[in-house]
Amino acid sequence: MSDVGKAWRAAPLAGGQPLPGGRPLPVPGIAALLWLLLAAAAVLWGLSSDMPAEILSYQEDIVFLGLQHIELVAWAGGLAILTGVPAGAVLSRPAFRRSAELILQVFNLGTTIPTLAVLALCMTVLGIGTVPSVFGLWAATLLPIVRNTYAGLRNVPTPLIEAARGMGMTPAQVFWRVELPNALFVIFGGIRTALSICVGTAPLAFLIGAGGLGELIFTGIALNDLPMMLAGAIPTALLAVLTDFVVGRLQVHLVPRGINPLR
Amino acid sequence: MIRLDRLTKVFDTPSGPVVAVNEVSFELPAGEICVLLGPSGCGKTTTMRMINRLIEPTGGTVFIDGRDTRAVDPIRLRRSIGYVIQQIGLFPNKTVAENICVVPDLLGWDRRKSRARAAELLELVAMEPAVFMDRYPKELSGGQQQRVGVIRALAADPPVLLMDEPFGAIDPINREAIQDEFLRMQAALRKTVIFVSHDLDEAVKMADRVAIFRAGRLEQFATPDQLLANPATPFIETFLGTDRTLKRLRLVRIADVPLGRPGTVRPDDPVGRARELMQASGCPAVLVVDADGQPGAMVSGSRAGAVRGGTCGDCAEPIRATIPLTADLRSAVTLMFAHDMPLLPCVDAEGRIQGALTYAGIIRGLSARGAAA
Repeated sequence: MSDVGKAWRAAPLAGGQPLPGGRPLPVPGIAALLWLLLAAAAVLWGLSSDMPAEILSYQEDIVFLGLQHIELVAWAGGLAILTGVPAGAVLSRPAFRRSAELILQVFNLGTTIPTLAVLALCMTVLGIGTVPSVFGLWAATLLPIVRNTYAGLRNVPTPLIEAARGMGMTPAQVFWRVELPNALFVIFGGIRTALSICVGTAPLAFLIGAGGLGELIFTGIALNDLPMMLAGAIPTALLAVLTDFVVGRLQVHLVPRGINPLR
Repeated sequence: MIRLDRLTKVFDTPSGPVVAVNEVSFELPAGEICVLLGPSGCGKTTTMRMINRLIEPTGGTVFIDGRDTRAVDPIRLRRSIGYVIQQIGLFPNKTVAENICVVPDLLGWDRRKSRARAAELLELVAMEPAVFMDRYPKELSGGQQQRVGVIRALAADPPVLLMDEPFGAIDPINREAIQDEFLRMQAALRKTVIFVSHDLDEAVKMADRVAIFRAGRLEQFATPDQLLANPATPFIETFLGTDRTLKRLRLVRIADVPLGRPGTVRPDDPVGRARELMQASGCPAVLVVDADGQPGAMVSGSRAGAVRGGTCGDCAEPIRATIPLTADLRSAVTLMFAHDMPLLPCVDAEGRIQGALTYAGIIRGLSARGAAA
């Protein structure tokens, strides 16, 4: 399990809380200072050694495997959004009021079982390659999306729904015009967390033959080749940060101003 | 016109059926406000929600303009009835204009027409359309949100409005203002309004009719004045409180009670003349007129009784207040208490004195109306 995944697991999410929207540290001054120190250290280190040059010698591999990595994440994340949001929406309907929490526990399994084990299980059933990897990553990514969709929709204030019904909206209109827009911010929070997890977990896919930046990381570890390992690890980390940033921007711009605490 | 005919709702609960509304019947003429009043859990909100079929009745019928509402598709029915709730329920993801246009948009109005309607309604509640149309609900004050909630219900110009404690969550000062504003709009719009409240003062102020509920039954259906004068049951009497006569004062206009005709004296008349005139007119004071015949002061019975001799001018007091005939008794009594006046001159639109209000006159007027009611 990757660092991102561990950090996420350590957070008190399984208890049924909606995931946070993912704001930066509350003390931006200190955070910025730390980043500056870190960057300065990296530059000094880079000037005093030939490590950057060695890492950059893997440029071709980084580009090729990075694209493969992105492709894996796009498939797994895309499928997780396409299935997780509708699943969460269905669970939030009154018909599932009693069984919803129970069913969410099933989704929980996807993240409770270590991703490596999920991938191994997938391999035994689906063989090696991209398909089992995408399936395993999909299972690991799904829960935050389902849970946030469910929590977001369930937390839409009842008076809004009552007003909508009282003014003559059909149940479908209540859902599309009132419930979904008002849950959008929380749903986006889930997608943001989920995709970051997905990027961070994707290196494991190499182990069942799907390629990706994991190839550099694990081969680097096996050969005790630090530059090779970093050539995989640094782009992975950057990719995770970039994904979070892009979805964060989308969250700011796509969620209507009236219900968007970021605007 | 709204008519309820033996409307009944029974809820099935795990502990057995509960009768929430029990054979409620009444008829509300078009253009009137009916306040459904009663303690929590008395069935008033359930009754209201059965009118637009948010709750389906177990028995009985609701007629709107003579049509059985069961014959109308509930979605279409609700779009033809304005609906305001206590929590306001403005959609936070929509702008003020979009919120007001919810029903017009559902009905498929032309966008330009509905937005023009929204602007017109905003002006009606003194909110500048250019400023507020594109704001979001969270950018409005509580009172502004409530106003938007009310005009949203008026957007498609429905003949009937349902209002569930619409002003319940507002502070008292703003509430008075919004109530007045709503009454002003109602005077022009003449909607048929069902208004749920648990606040007696609000009911007395807003209602043409009051329907008092208790444990799912309609206890009394009457005008506010009839209700306060003649409560039908001991429960209602307790509910109305010991000050119900004071509450009635607000409902009666000065023109509706018999006014006294106090005598007039000149400043140099002897005090004995004032005493004679008081006896003759039955008023507790006389007016002192100057050389032009204009009353500027008065001599009250207590002052005149305290002196043996002298002229009226010696014991006259200035007239500290007058009241227009169109005012209500509550403001009149407030003035009489505040200035310790046994007699309050009442003036018409031109400022001419048309008579005087006395405590005895007020009591006679109230009891005559009570008997008539």
